[in-house]
Parts: sequence; C-alpha cells; structure tokens
Amino acid sequence: MADPVLSLRDLRIWYGAERGAVRAVDGVSLDLLPGETVGLVGESGCGKSTLGRGVIGLLPAGAGHAGEVNYKGQNILELKPKRLRAMRGPELGMIFQEPMTRLNPLMKISDHFEEVLKIHEPKLSRKEARNRAMEALRGMGIPPTRYKQYPHEFSGGMRQRIMIALALVLRPAVVVADEPTTALDVLVEAQIIRILADLRRNFDTALLLITHNLGIVAEACDRVAVMYAGRVVEQGPAYDITTKPSHPYSRELLRSTISLSTTELHSIPGAPPDLVSPPPACRFHPRCPDAMQICAQQWPTTVATSPGRRSECWLHSKDQIPKGLDAPLEREALAAAEEA
Amino acid sequence: MSAPVATKNLIEVRDLQVHFGLNTSFKSRLTGRGGASVKAVDGVSFDLAEGEVLGLVGESGSGKTTLGRALLGLVRPTAGSVKLRGEELVGQPERALRPKRRHLQMVFQDPHASLNPGMTLQTALAHPLQIHKLTSGNAETEAKVRETLELVGLYPTERFATSYPSDLSGGQKQRAAIARAIITGPDLVVADEPVSMLDMSVRAKILDLMIDLKHRIGLTYVYVTHDLASAKFFCDRVAIMYLGRIVEIGTVDEIFENPKHPYTQALIRAIPEPNPDKALPRDLPRGEIPDAARPPLGCAFHPRCPKAFDICGWESRDMRAILEQRWVEGGEDLYNAERPLVGDLEKLDEAGHDAFVPAGSGKDPGALLAMLEKIREEEPDEPLWKGVNAMNAEAHGVRIAFEPGIDPPLYDTDSSRAACLLYKPE
Ligand SMILES: Nc1ncnc2c1ncn2[C@@H]1O[C@H](COP(=O)(O)OP(=O)(O)OP(=O)(O)O)[C@@H](O)[C@H]1O
Ligand SMILES: Nc1ncnc2c1ncn2[C@@H]1O[C@H](COP(=O)(O)OP(=O)(O)O)[C@@H](O)[C@H]1O
Ligand code: SF4
Ligand code: SF4
Ligand SMILES: [Mg+2]
Ligand SMILES: [Mg+2]
Repeated sequence: MADPVLSLRDLRIWYGAERGAVRAVDGVSLDLLPGETVGLVGESGCGKSTLGRGVIGLLPAGAGHAGEVNYKGQNILELKPKRLRAMRGPELGMIFQEPMTRLNPLMKISDHFEEVLKIHEPKLSRKEARNRAMEALRGMGIPPTRYKQYPHEFSGGMRQRIMIALALVLRPAVVVADEPTTALDVLVEAQIIRILADLRRNFDTALLLITHNLGIVAEACDRVAVMYAGRVVEQGPAYDITTKPSHPYSRELLRSTISLSTTELHSIPGAPPDLVSPPPACRFHPRCPDAMQICAQQWPTTVATSPGRRSECWLHSKDQIPKGLDAPLEREALAAAEEA
Repeated sequence: MSAPVATKNLIEVRDLQVHFGLNTSFKSRLTGRGGASVKAVDGVSFDLAEGEVLGLVGESGSGKTTLGRALLGLVRPTAGSVKLRGEELVGQPERALRPKRRHLQMVFQDPHASLNPGMTLQTALAHPLQIHKLTSGNAETEAKVRETLELVGLYPTERFATSYPSDLSGGQKQRAAIARAIITGPDLVVADEPVSMLDMSVRAKILDLMIDLKHRIGLTYVYVTHDLASAKFFCDRVAIMYLGRIVEIGTVDEIFENPKHPYTQALIRAIPEPNPDKALPRDLPRGEIPDAARPPLGCAFHPRCPKAFDICGWESRDMRAILEQRWVEGGEDLYNAERPLVGDLEKLDEAGHDAFVPAGSGKDPGALLAMLEKIREEEPDEPLWKGVNAMNAEAHGVRIAFEPGIDPPLYDTDSSRAACLLYKPE
C-alpha cells in the first residue's frame, strides 16, 4: 500500500468555554492515502468540521490542540502561521458548504483563477494559467465560454463546482470538503458527487469528504471514518462499513438513514453528548442498544476487525471482559424530549 | 379522474396561479428581465381528502413553498381557486381569512428562525390560543399549552414550558414549532421541509411524531420536500413539481413503482442509496433547473430530458447549451478549433423556435454550417436534432428552424397522471 500523504496521530482539539473545554476532537488517528476519498460521517456536533479544519491546520483562534497532523515529515500544527498559510491552497485545500461567501462578487471567474495561479505558480505564463483554469472548470462541467463571467451569473450548483475547481486547480495533495452539497438540490448534488467520485481516478489528491449522508459515502468514497463524540469509532473500506458495519454506532446510523428501501422508521435514542463532559468510558454507552456494564466503566480498545478496518467497541474483545461485566447495562428510560 | 361523488375533500385546488411581478427596477436592469414575471405557481389543480398526506416534491425554485403558502392564504394567488370544505378562500379579504387560519397551519424548514428567541414556549404557544380566542382564562390556556407540549413529546412539560428556543436542540425546536401549529386544532398542516435541516438520526423522530399526530388528532398534511425517500415513506400521494407546474401526480405506489415522467424517473435515480448493493445505475439529466422568469418553450423539462423528441419545444437557447456542453466534454483543442467559427453566443439567448447562430467575425457561414452538420453527425443521439426542421447558411450565420413545441397538460397514463408528451393521446 502507498504511504499516507497525511496522517493524524492522537489528534486532540478543544475550544475554551466558560463551562470547561469543549473536546471536539479527542484522540483521533487516521491516515489519508494519495488519491483516495475518505468519507467522514456522524451526527451533528460530533466534531467532523473541527477535525476537517484540523487536517489542514485551520483552527479558530483560541482553540487548543495536541497530537500530530503529519504531512511531508512535519507536524503542520507546529508550523509558523506564515509557513502554514503558504501551504494552504497549493498543498492543503478546503471546500466549504456555502460557495457564495467564498467568491468575490466583484471579480470575474477568470480573475479568481488567475490570481490564485499567479500567487502559487508564478512560473506559469498567462496563457498556461488560462488553460489550466479552463481545464479545471471543464472537469467540473463549467463551459469555457463562461470563463469571463461574474459569480452572480451562475446558479448555486455551478458556483459550488467553481469552488471545487478553484480548490483543485493547484493540484493540492489533500482537500477537505465540508458538506459541499448539503445546500444543493438532489439532482445537482448527484451530479457533483458523480464528478467527485470520478475525480479519484484522475487525480492524486486525497479528499476528506464530510457528509451527513451515508448514501454519498457509499457512492463516492473509498474509505469511511465514523465519528462519535470527538472519536473516530470505526474506520475501513466504504463498501464493508456500509454493508456490514461492525461498530454499533455505525450500524444504528445506517439504520436511521431514510432511503427508498426504508419500510420502517428507526432512530437512535437520545442525542450526542455535550462534549464538555462526555460520558465516561465508551461515549456511546448511554445510547447503545448493545451496551454492557463494562462499557460504562472502561474504555474499549480499538480492534482491527479485518484488514484495513478498525473499530472501538467491547463487542470485538468479549473474551477480555471481566466476569459479570458483560451483563447488559441497565439504564433509565429516556424521556421523549431527550429523543431529539 | 374519478367522478365527483359527494366530496369528502378537505381542500380543492383549481388552476391556481401565483405570479410574482418583477418590476422594472434595479433588479430587472441587472438581470435583464424588465417587466417579466415569475410564474412561481402556474396552473395547479388537485384535491386533498380528509386525513390524507400529499407530498409536494421538486427542486428548489419549483414553487413548492409558494404553493403551500397560497393554500393557507399567506400569499395571494393571481388566479384560480382554493376551497376549504367547499368554501372559496381566494380573493377573500384578510378580515375573512383570519378566522380560517386556525384551521390551516404551517411548519417551516428552519426551526431556529420560526420561534421567537425572546419568548418561552409557554408564551409562544399561548399566543395563537389568545388570538383565536380558543381558551377563556389563563388556567385554561396554560392547561392547553401543557397538553400540547405533552402531545409533541416535550415533557416534563413544566420544564419545557419555561424554556427558551436557545435551550432546545434542533429536533426539540421542530417539536415546539409543530406544537404551535397544532395547538389551534387545525385540519390542514402544511409542513415545508420540516426535517431537511435536521440530522438524519433526528429526521425519523420528527416524521414519527407527525405520523403519530395524524392518527391522534386527525391531521391532513401537505408535506413539502425535495427528499423523495422520506416522501415515499410518509405520503399517500405525491405531486412532482417543476417550474411552477405539477408534472406528475399519483399514489406513492404509482410514483415509485412505475414513474412515468422522465423528471420523476431522474429524481428517483438521483437518491443516494446507503446500501451499495441496492444502488441503481445513475442516469442523471444534464444541467440545472432553469430560471423561472424565462421558462423553456414547450415542455419546461425539455432542455434536460433524455427522452425529448421533436415536439418537446426545441428553441434557440438549446443550441447554445449543446455547443457549450460539447466544448466541456471535448477538451481544449476542440474548443479552440470550433469556438472561433461562432460569433456572439448571447445572440442565441432569445427564446424562439427560430434560431440564428451568428458566424464568428470574418468567418464563412458555410464553414459554420459544415461544423454544425458535423456535430449532428457525431452526436446523433442528442435529442435536439430531432426537433431541427431545417438548417441553412445565410449572409451572416446559420438559421435553424425548430419544430414548434407543445406545452403538455397532465395526461392520464396507465397509472399516474403525467405532463409529458410521451403520453399524449393520438
Ligand atoms: N469555534 C468554536 N468555538 C467553540 N466551540 C465550538 C467551535 N466550533 C465548534 N464548536 C463545538 O465543538 C463541537 C463539535 O463541532 P463541529 O462543528 O466540529 O461538529 P460537526 O460534527 O461538524 O457538526 P455538524 O454536523 O453540525 O456540522 C460542538 O460541540 C460545537 O458546538
Ligand atoms: N416574493 C417573491 N417575489 C418574487 N419571486 C418569488 C417570491 N417568492 C418566490 N419567488 C420565486 O418563485 C419561484 C418558486 O419559489 P418557491 O415557491 O420558493 O419554490 P420552492 O419552495 O420549490 O423552492 C422561484 O423562482 C422564486 O425565486
Ligand atoms: S463499547 Fe459497549 S456501549 Fe460502546 S459501542 Fe460497544 S457495545 Fe456499545
Ligand atoms: S414532453 Fe416528455 S419527453 Fe418531451 S421533454 Fe417533456 S418530459 Fe421529455
Ligand atoms: Mg460541521
Ligand atoms: Mg421552499
């Protein structure tokens, strides 16, 4: 297997808050291989966006961090801000949900591209820059005839394609896309997902795709990381996890997705915890249908359940559970209001 | 359609239109649509039986929200009729509509924006009761509020009655918004994308609540959504909307087992399927929903429709789209070779069945015609060519005569009703 282009080692990111630190990312280790698309899924507030920004070293002022984001033999979290800023774009890119806030309404699309290329690849001639830009736009389905137009002359879906092209034109090694299609319509979303899925065949860029939608993971990702309460609780090949999830949280998340084959509604009781004081031991235990007594007492170890696949759950090491502690965990019934 | 027996219909909508005038203001100069109007809802008819759930499904800008609001009199229709239990609502003065509002309620997409941040739930829920004078005295009001909070699952009710919206999670806010909608004892609730801003894991809980309320207090719903999967689960009937029209309407089984309209077929295939073993092959239509102020001629879906044929409404603007699509797919060399032969593409932007493709400056119209003929030869499956009656070189370019199109009404098919010329009777 190829060496990872970027690897997270025990990454922790927290936000200061009056009530105590919000531990949004709490000990995550994850590798991104060249050219692969990794889906990052989980409920709202589980730390996906924080992790995504951490991957490219883009943390808000006041956020604390520990652990490593290794890229080309260095921990980018330790780099001087100026160094890091120079890497952002040509090496580490980001695509956000709302493209309009990131495009300058007074600048033509051509100016956006040519400015970026001039800063980061000054050796390109004007003509070369123009061709590179039009090629990137073409890859996202934007006709070259619209190169000189302004952002407002495009639909929301086209603007998002332009943003993606703008992130890819520098051919960065790693791109993080945070829910890039959530604000778009089904058909446009499907078109963009199709293009992203094709992308992994043509480029060496590793893509971390943050999404709420497991259908998108199944379609566009090579691997998936499932995040719960600041932890990646399961990771592995997208096909394996979407067909045979091994962690109870992945399984419940899949079951609660409404798709055309849904015949019965299913939901996970309760809600993700407050990350100031998350539940002890396995953080999913208050909601887990399989929870045992040990789950509320001792942190489960991460087990490689099959090649390339890891899951953090006591169910995978039942033989190590002390006698009696494998009994089902008894919990108070939840009030309906805690349900959502 | 079935013969009109003694109507059990709660709502009857006929030829409903909501056109928004775009005045010749700054906006129109900016967008070049002086004096035009947006036909947000353009001739919609359907019935809604008591206790039924009707889904309105379509992409954004298809007119779902406007139609929902028009049903409740929250936006004034420009023509047509909406009857509530046989009583006409369109054209009534606000004074006459106000007392009816307690029977017609709405739940909005964004639960954060729909609750007043400065009001406790007690105050927010008491408000509609007071407006419609449904309770006498504080004790009765408070009891009704508590009962409703209980009904939507917000208990302990003492705790939630004194909560502010900021104390609530997204799902809890949506429960509160639903409580406010049902507290007046409405017959119809229009729910406009009530779960689309919520987490997947919360959506099921809110849909469960809506189903539960339907049975417990006998609600009829119009469920507005762009999510076909949840509509399949939740609705009895579904109306698919495109640019202000219903393009297909039928029972859930008809729509999902045997979709007739190419747009419906595309929407169904676009839903991402979490189980890769069940994923359908995707055959996505090109392009995006067009500007509602300048709808396509003929069938509004024709520029994107993979099944379009000669009478679907081919026009000048489509020629531009075909050229641009070719230059996206063909790469740099093709673009550099072909682009100079064509003049100003904006000349093609006027709607009309007669297209004039200007030749590039100093270029021979004959060469342009040869290029267009070559494209036709290379891309014989492109549906646009079916609508081309003639293509001739003129002094400064090439004139293309398209077959005039037909704007399809809803036709009966062997299952649903679909506005597509494939089902036009001979
Ligand atoms: N700038 C910030 N300051 C303080 N707390 C923050 C900040 N950004 C995020 N948080 C908190 O960190 C936790 C994780 O948030 P994050 O946005 O990373 O989650 P997410 O998984 O991306 O959620 P969503 O699916 O809603 O986008 C949440 O409790 C959130 O409130
Ligand atoms: N108040 C308004 N004034 C002008 N145009 C409007 C107004 N409200 C909606 N529209 C236009 O009407 C069309 C339908 O909008 P809408 O009903 O919101 O669709 P949907 O809910 O399906 O997204 C769109 O083109 C929209 O821009
Ligand atoms: S460790 Fe226990 S509580 Fe946690 S996911 Fe596994 S079974 Fe459930
Ligand atoms: S009438 Fe039917 S076949 Fe023709 S464009 Fe419209 S949807 Fe397609
Ligand atoms: Mg986020
Ligand atoms: Mg809407």
